[in-house]
Amino acid sequence: MITQAIFIIVSLFTLVTALLVVRHPNLFSSALYLVASFFGVASLYVLLEADFLAVVQVMVYIGAISILIIFAIMLSKGMMGKHTSPHNQQDRWVALAGLLLAIILLYFLVALVQWPTTPVGPVPANAIQLLGQDLVGRFVMPFEIASVLLLAALIGAIAIAREREI
Amino acid sequence: MIPLSWYLVVGALLFVIGFYGALSRRNAIAILMSIELMLNAVNINFLAFWRYLTPKEMAGQVFAIIAITVAAAEAAVGLALVIAVYRSRDTVSVDEVDLLKG
Repeated sequence: MITQAIFIIVSLFTLVTALLVVRHPNLFSSALYLVASFFGVASLYVLLEADFLAVVQVMVYIGAISILIIFAIMLSKGMMGKHTSPHNQQDRWVALAGLLLAIILLYFLVALVQWPTTPVGPVPANAIQLLGQDLVGRFVMPFEIASVLLLAALIGAIAIAREREI
Repeated sequence: MIPLSWYLVVGALLFVIGFYGALSRRNAIAILMSIELMLNAVNINFLAFWRYLTPKEMAGQVFAIIAITVAAAEAAVGLALVIAVYRSRDTVSVDEVDLLKG
């Protein structure tokens, strides 16, 4: 009962702040609401007993990606050109399409499928140890590819954003 | 205990919010933020399925970690592109970056 109440509060917080991210006219406030939304998602991970992922969520999303976004906003602030509205002309149609997508997703997710209401078993006590062993054992290939991808992104980001002398 | 479908509903709604933001915002940085929201929704689904269906297998968590890695790489390159566009065209509005428009 109490976990369900916590879940509902956390999800409502996440969804409301996410909605503020996409609707708020001030870009900087949007970025701050994005941090709040990431924090709500991290709380959901805690409810799912994925402790390590919750910490990774806080460190990578809140600690790195949000800071990167805030830096990008500060480097390009006030440069929205001649437009005053933060939304484009197809705003209403996109909202309609999103509503339709939500109805389709919720119909196929909730009404059509019988999802289990309880987990099949408890999370093993040494879950983080198993995760580490899997990362360098069974899933070593995706792990290495991810590291190459990060290296490529690092070099690519520097090469793209660097000031060129023409 | 919380039913699995509740998590799926939250994931679906978060994904739709991100979808709406990615297609309706003018500012390129706001579009990137919306894409991050969509990736978060995907991760919620990964971890919910992991917890309820295969808690003994760590594959679900590995999927989520790889997704977070890709999201971080995407954010870094995307924001570098925004900075580059801002430097050459003095705008971050995607409506005004229309060199390829016929």
